[in-house]
Amino acid sequence: MQKLPKWADIVLIPLINLLLAFLVSGLVILAIGKDPIVAIQTMIDGAFGSTTGLGYTLYYATNFMFTGLAVSVAFQARIFNIGGEGQALLGGLGVALVCLAIDWPHWLVALPAAAVGGAVFGAAWAFIPAYLQAKRGSHIVITTIMFNFIAASLIGFLLADLLKVPGSMDPATANFPPGAHLPTFNDIFALFGLDIFKHAPVNVSFFVALFCAFGFWVLIWHTRLGFAMRAFGQSERGAKFAGISPLKITVIAMLISGALAGMMAINNVMGESERLILNATEGAGFIGIAVALMGRSHPIGVILASILFGFLYQGGAELSLWEGIPRELVTVIQGLVILFTGALDGMVRRPLENLFLILRKPTKNGAV
Amino acid sequence: MQSSVNEERQATAAPATSASLPPAIELKGISKAFGPVQANKDITISVAKGAIHGIVGENGAGKSTLMSILYGFYKADEGEIRIDGNLTPIPDSQAAIRAGIGMVHQHFKLVENFTVLENVVLGAEDGQRLTPSLSKARKSLTQLAKEYELDVDPDALIHDLSVGHQQRVEILKALYRKAEILILDEPTGVLTPAEADHLFRILRNLKNEGKTILLITHKLREIMDVTDSVSVMRRGEMKGTIPTSTTSPEDLAERMVGRKVLLQVDKTAAQPKENILDIQNLEVIDSAGVRRLKGIDLNIRAGEILGIAGVSGNGQSELMEVLGGYRKGTGSVKLNGQELDLTGKHSDGQSRRHRGIAHVPEDRHREGLILEFAAWENTAFGYHNEPEYNGKILMDNAAIRKTCAEHMEQFDVRPPNPALHARNFSGGNQQKIVLAREISRNPDLLLIGQPTRGVDVGAIEFIHQQIIELRDQGKAILLVSVELEEILSLSDRIAVMFDGQIMGERHPETTNEKELGLLMAGMNTATSGGTA
Repeated sequence: MQKLPKWADIVLIPLINLLLAFLVSGLVILAIGKDPIVAIQTMIDGAFGSTTGLGYTLYYATNFMFTGLAVSVAFQARIFNIGGEGQALLGGLGVALVCLAIDWPHWLVALPAAAVGGAVFGAAWAFIPAYLQAKRGSHIVITTIMFNFIAASLIGFLLADLLKVPGSMDPATANFPPGAHLPTFNDIFALFGLDIFKHAPVNVSFFVALFCAFGFWVLIWHTRLGFAMRAFGQSERGAKFAGISPLKITVIAMLISGALAGMMAINNVMGESERLILNATEGAGFIGIAVALMGRSHPIGVILASILFGFLYQGGAELSLWEGIPRELVTVIQGLVILFTGALDGMVRRPLENLFLILRKPTKNGAV
Repeated sequence: MQSSVNEERQATAAPATSASLPPAIELKGISKAFGPVQANKDITISVAKGAIHGIVGENGAGKSTLMSILYGFYKADEGEIRIDGNLTPIPDSQAAIRAGIGMVHQHFKLVENFTVLENVVLGAEDGQRLTPSLSKARKSLTQLAKEYELDVDPDALIHDLSVGHQQRVEILKALYRKAEILILDEPTGVLTPAEADHLFRILRNLKNEGKTILLITHKLREIMDVTDSVSVMRRGEMKGTIPTSTTSPEDLAERMVGRKVLLQVDKTAAQPKENILDIQNLEVIDSAGVRRLKGIDLNIRAGEILGIAGVSGNGQSELMEVLGGYRKGTGSVKLNGQELDLTGKHSDGQSRRHRGIAHVPEDRHREGLILEFAAWENTAFGYHNEPEYNGKILMDNAAIRKTCAEHMEQFDVRPPNPALHARNFSGGNQQKIVLAREISRNPDLLLIGQPTRGVDVGAIEFIHQQIIELRDQGKAILLVSVELEEILSLSDRIAVMFDGQIMGERHPETTNEKELGLLMAGMNTATSGGTA
């Protein structure tokens, strides 16, 4: 029996959760002596008020879409991939190596090659924990977390000692060749004679992310592999009964997940910084977990949640810039959103279910 | 019909309350709804002190809800509970215990690594120090053991005890808490016939001491054997209370289902042909290093049903899992004369299906179905790689939906809605979805475990017919069931399993429950099996 109508489950509950999170955030802002109304106005204005702001919002959203989809795809098989951060870092390495390998003639050639590079490196980084879990029973949550740290150290070492431009003090690779420059929205709209999205880093990777979301949907609900992954996720014993190999599914799901996380690098490394720098991911791998949680591991949900978190990132940056509200407080707001939409979901769900039951009863009796 | 039920309800009141004593339990107008589902509708029931009272009904008839209300797990929306004539609200199970009600759950609630004594005392300690409580409990346990044939070693660890003994601990727990009313929920599901007999002796002893017993069961035979009166529930309603002496299993079944039910399976003699399955010296060692199968030899021929009788946990599940391809084993298994891979690359469920083995697993909820999947998705479950369900890259969901709709029509699945999640079907309809999926593959061998566990009486009849029909088409069928009655009525040959071994083979015509019961307990009376 369906306790809640579908629209309430998908739209109403996240909305109430979000409202509650903002309410509590408002109290926090009030507590440090600032005006919450002004704060929210600044955030909305900063994130959506100009095409440049919007460009930044969508740029962050693109990152979160990749990592959110990565976490979601693993979660369809009930595998908790906490290692999106490390996989995205390694993806950056793959993208950088591809971009620096030759003098690319055109971005249309460079983009698929770089995407493959990022995906392969991300997948390879996810493979080790996956294999350890499937074969040796090492808990994948623990191993993927550890692999985040290993990835950060590895990239640090490579940048400082091997990939750094000789003579430079900056632990970063050389700039990518111009042929590897991805068109930003500003470049694209310039073709139509419009000068919008000025200076914003959002680029064609945004469409790659949307395409990946579509591919996710096809994979999960329209292929044998997706069927097997979902079946394994719901019941491991059931999967064994059906002749689905847990080893195979665990490894494949993690490879896809790692590849998606790794592909994030075409946005932040290739699209934005155009070279590999330290901490290029800026925590996007972790935000991906919240995005997947809030988006209920569904591509549409992930896209929407990504835009929300893009807004929080961009609006939050504006907040610290103009209102003198410390950056840390923005992190508090993000934390509250995660807390209310993820962990405290039941707090809203339970009373709402009861409310709907009460609302439904009189109509039932009236019908009889 | 309706008036006769009412008449009987009146009639029972008289003999049940013959003495001037108020009834031990009196429920009046109990109603309980879960959202739009009315689980209990205006239930009124009265049980005399010192009676054994049975409650029967199909799955979802509301028996468990009613007992949960009596034991304080749920709060009734309406109605009142009287214990010994006094209005007694029961908001939680502590209140139920104070009111003298004890419950023996279907799944025991014991701490496995505690001793019997510790389990009995748990939650009923007298103070911070355990020793006085324990010695007090020890004394009272010895007394109870003498009075009611409830012998259990007080210092034994629970996980060393047999299921029958564990159940006794549950009863002791209730008695130690001074229970005057004992509720037993499906108590014989896990017992051998001998253990069940012993349980019934205990219940009669308790009754003679003036305790009141409520027995919830779906086994009509037990109702007939042990109860004084019986109440029938159907779809949340009480369909009447009758003295057991005036009814019969057929009559009870009809009241439960609401129509005439065939309890005896209608079948002709088997016409077994060539050997389909040949098992020799099959061994299974589980991950803990325990030998679960100790050299099984079996064969099944085309057109016959081989039933495996046994108390659950004696290797039947492992046998099914090896044959179904999700457990490794050693030995030799031949299907149609060709060796099956028991350990290697082709020992998985997919390979088994390609070889013509279909499998209706024992655990419908965790293996046979993915409960969170729609019915149509479950139609392809296990066969999701088959060409008819797939295009070049994408799955052909439309084809699967169509097949599912066809299955639903052929097997009378209700509601016939392929989009509904498997979770939302009743047990019988879930089983029909699984059975339809497996039978429709036209297998050479069908493995079928607990075909009617948790299935309503009406659907049992249908499922049994389907199995017989498949046999008559010349298929080999391996049936595992803990219901002896089912084994006896369906099988053409019966093998009894105990402790990972085949204790012997019997023919249903020449054996009986008693003999099978002894074999199930590991006692082989005859020297040679029923090969003659």
